[in-house]
Parts: sequence; structure tokens; C-alpha cells
Amino acid sequence: MKQIIAVLTVIAALVVVWYAACIPMNIKGVLTEQERAGAEVQPPSAKDRRDLSEIGLALNNSFAIPATWEQDRPRLPAPHQVAIELWETTVQKKITSKRSLIYHGWVTLSATMLGFAIGTGLGILLAVGIVHSRVMDLSVMPWAIVSQTIPIIALAPMIIVVLYSVGIQGIIPKAIISAYLSFFPVVVGMVKGLRSPDAMQLDLLRTYNASRSQGFWKLRLPASMPYLFTSLKIGVAASLVGAIVGELPTGAVAGLGARLLAGSYYGQTVQIWSALFAAAILAACLVGLLGLIERAVLKRMGMAQ
Amino acid sequence: MNEAGTTVIEARNLDLTFQTNDGPIHALKDVNLAINKGDFVSFIGPSGCGKTTFLRCIAALETPTGGALTVNGMTPDEARRSRAYGYVFQAAGLYPWRTIAKNIKLPLEIMGYSSAEQDERVNKVLELVDLAGFGGKFPWQLSGGMQQRASIARALAFDADILLMDEPFGALDEIVRDHLNEQLLALWARTEKTIGFVTHSIPEAVYLSTKIVVMSPRPGRITDVIDSPLPKERPLDIRDTPEFIEVAHRVREGLRAGHGDDV
Ligand SMILES: Nc1ncnc2c1ncn2[C@@H]1O[C@H](COP(=O)(O)OP(=O)(O)O)[C@@H](O)[C@H]1O
Ligand SMILES: [Mg+2]
Repeated sequence: MKQIIAVLTVIAALVVVWYAACIPMNIKGVLTEQERAGAEVQPPSAKDRRDLSEIGLALNNSFAIPATWEQDRPRLPAPHQVAIELWETTVQKKITSKRSLIYHGWVTLSATMLGFAIGTGLGILLAVGIVHSRVMDLSVMPWAIVSQTIPIIALAPMIIVVLYSVGIQGIIPKAIISAYLSFFPVVVGMVKGLRSPDAMQLDLLRTYNASRSQGFWKLRLPASMPYLFTSLKIGVAASLVGAIVGELPTGAVAGLGARLLAGSYYGQTVQIWSALFAAAILAACLVGLLGLIERAVLKRMGMAQ
Repeated sequence: MNEAGTTVIEARNLDLTFQTNDGPIHALKDVNLAINKGDFVSFIGPSGCGKTTFLRCIAALETPTGGALTVNGMTPDEARRSRAYGYVFQAAGLYPWRTIAKNIKLPLEIMGYSSAEQDERVNKVLELVDLAGFGGKFPWQLSGGMQQRASIARALAFDADILLMDEPFGALDEIVRDHLNEQLLALWARTEKTIGFVTHSIPEAVYLSTKIVVMSPRPGRITDVIDSPLPKERPLDIRDTPEFIEVAHRVREGLRAGHGDDV
């Protein structure tokens, strides 16, 4: 209960700060609109206003402050504007509509899930290889690290162009970019997890004359589970980012990335912000879902008390 | 074929030097020892005198750099591959994701016992270490002493005739320790295994052993081997008899002599 109150307090504080920030961000645009509509604005010429501070303007024209939260195309939309947009584009639109965020969210989610599956599979396989082969440890790990230093925003268009030239388009290129971002945390976490059994536990298996594969299935793999889930949570969020980034360079017409792009193209800041929030909510749901699966699995294994 | 008196483990001029970054460490020097079938041998000595290292050599977890070591007439590694050892470490080392019964099944699964046989053996050894009824519990639900008993059960579940124990009760309090010592003796009498047991405690060594090996450090070596005159049947209060006190005294003297060299 105390926790809930604390969380709500933080959220409320953020919302207050957000509303306050809307005033200086939007005041100049609002004053221009008000002037056109015939209101008396201090100072009256847009040219004079340009060099004045936003806060000073807001204080001099306090009558215009409520309008900073109601603009059509504000520089910074107010929380309730984003909330209304989110409501209208999810609940009130049919999911088949091109304006439905559920529809766009689904497009991005499907690429995310495919990419996450590929990335996780690849990550686990690489980790198993790295733990069992010194050659792979020395050769794969540095490349995996280098791969993550290349900005994805630079790499994504190349991946898409290359794949397009061999006739692959649609969900696959997005999934590949998403896999590219998500395999890394899985590799790192799984390597750590598979190496987590201590020397004593490995010695014990040696006294049983256990084979390497028995050591893997009976000791290393179960011991790595907590590490795997931590990595998966990071990986799924990275997957979502990858899928969205993958939608940007193609000028895709569907997906949360496409909504971001179209929004910025037409100056629809409310649309941009609602797409951002949709992405954040989606990420939170995915991470939360993995958290539930983690709890259930570890509990079943007897590792969560 | 396994009549008492046969030599099971024999070390001749055994030497082991670890190469470390701070230079070589002479962990075992010129160790000679013969352990017979059915012996209960304790290794006692200050920390760093090579007790663990010697036990690990027997179990083929370390390779000596000199001398000869045979187990059942084989090399330690051959003996390991024929699954001659049950090894009990200082920490119980149970898998947290397995119940006690499943932990005890671990070696049985690895060695390919049928599942009916596994169940039967689990029940038998749980009984043996006084943990009947705890098979379905997870390790964290058990006390430290019970966990250590479970790890002994795990080492007893398959038919290794040599049981190696490295300070298995070191982390437990004295009352639990006395109790486990009594149980261990009973268990040894019933199973007729050959036991190698590392300890820091003089009373524990004297109470349990038929043979006490006193070691001293830098370099690790054997300074005395005492064949215990105590009978095989040993109630806890045997510790107040003159024979017991005399053996304990000799062990203490041996430890002191070993220490005297380097002070
Ligand atoms: N793997 C190893 N590498 C280097 N030195 C070791 C290793 N294992 C043990 N030693 C050293 O060998 C000596 C004997 O150690 P150990 O057998 O563990 O002693 P004890 O069990 O009697 O306390 C110590 O000086 C220890 O530091
Ligand atoms: Mg030791």
C-alpha cells in the first residue's frame, strides 16, 4: 500500500512537471494564434516576442496559459492530449483501421516477437558454443561485442537495402534488425549463467565420471535459468527498439515506427507522443510478461522460495 | 575377494608441486601411505598442509607431479572412471533446483540406473542418513546439518567402495557434529566402505578413525601415522576413556612436532 502511494506520488509529480513544461514550450505559438484571433498580447508584435524569454512571456500573458495545453499542433502536447489520442486510437478505432494504434502496435509486435525468437535462439546457441569451445570463446565474443558498437540507426538501412536486393522485404528485415539487437544480452547472460556452477560442483560431476553433455543438461543449463531470464527481459526491450528502428528507413506505412515517422512528417506531435507511449507500454507489457514466466518457472524449479 | 587387509589405496613417494604466479608451492612431499579395505582413515593437520590436495589426488581431481598412487590396483583416473569414489565436499553443494530425492538421484541418473532402482536406492540411503520423509523437500527447506547428511546420502547412493570426505562437518556446530559422527560410524559399520576423512578436530579424528594420519605444512607431508587401538564399537562416551585420551595426546604431540619445524 505504501509502495502504491509512493509510485502514484512520483507519477503525479512527473505529470505536474510535464504540464508546467508545456507553458514555456508552447507559449510563443499560442500567442501568435491568440493575436491572430484578435486578443491583446504583450508585446504585440511577433518580432518583439521572438527575443523574449518564454517564461517572461507566459507571466505577461497569463490569460493564454490554459491555451498552451489545448493546441492542435503543440511543440509539447499536454498529458491529457496524449491520453485522449491514445484512447481514441486504441479503444475507439476498429483494429482494422489504419489509424488504430492496436493495428500498428500489432505490426511492430509481430516483427518484435519474430526477431526476439531469432535473437534468443541465436544467443543461446552462441553461448553454448562459447562455453564449450575455447576457439569460439576467442573468436565469437569479440565480434559480438563489436557488433553492438555499430549504431543500429546506421546499420538498419543497409540491412534493409541488402535484403531488398535479394527479394526479402516485409517483416523479415525488421525481425533481423530486432534480432541483431536482442541476441547480445542473451549471449552475455547465458555465458555467465552457463559458467556459474562453481569448481566444486564441476568436480562433483567429475567424480561421477559424467559426460560433458550430462554436465550441460543436469548442471549448467538449469543453473543458467535465472541469468537467462534477466537477459531475456533486456533482450525483448531491445527487440522492440530494433523493430521500430527497422520501420523508419523504409518509410513503412504500418507499425509504431511508421506512426512516429508520419507524425514528425506532418508535425503531428500528439501522434508522435502517443506512438512513443504505445511503444513504452508495449515494452512494459513484454517485460512484465517475461517476469511472470520467470516467477512461474523458477518457482516450479524450486529456485524461488 | 574384498577381504579385510587388502590394500586399496597406496601412495609411494608421492609429490605434488603447484606452479602458481607467486612461484611453486610444494603441497605434498614424499607421501607414503597404505590404506586397507574397510579402514577409516582421518587426515589431520593445520590448514595448508595438503589434506585436501591428497584427497583430491586419490579422487583424480589433481595429478601428482611425482611418485606413484594406485587405487584398487589402478591409476586414480581409471578408478574414477570405474566410479570407485563417493566424494563429500565441505559444502553440501546440493542443486537448489532439485528436491533432496532428485539430488540423490543425480549420480544414479548419470550412471544410468533404471528408475525403479533409483527410487529404491534413494529410499535406502535416506533411511541410512536418517532423512526418511524428506525426499520431497528442497535443499533450502533443510538445516545445514540435514543438507550435509543429504550430500552424504548422495555419495552413498551408488556402489562406490571408497568414500572421501573433506571436512564434511567443518561448518556445523558441535552438537550436530557429535550426532553426525555417531551416525557416520554406524553407517561405516553397516556399509563396510573404506573412508578417507579430512578434519581439523582431534577428538573427531580419534573418535572416528582406525588410522590417523598427522600432516604438517610447508611442504605438506605426513609426520605420523597412528593405528588406533580403540575397538570398532564406539559409543560417544568412549571419549572419556584413558585409551582415547592417550591417542588424542599422541595426535596432539604429532601436530606440535610438525609445527615445531617452522617456528
Ligand atoms: N589449485 C591450487 N593451485 C595452487 N595452489 C594450491 C592449489 N590447491 C591447493 N594449493 C596450495 O597447496 C597447499 C595445500 O593446500 P590444501 O591441500 O588445500 O591444504 P589443506 O586442505 O590441508 O588446508 C596450500 O598452500 C594451498 O595454498
Ligand atoms: Mg582443505
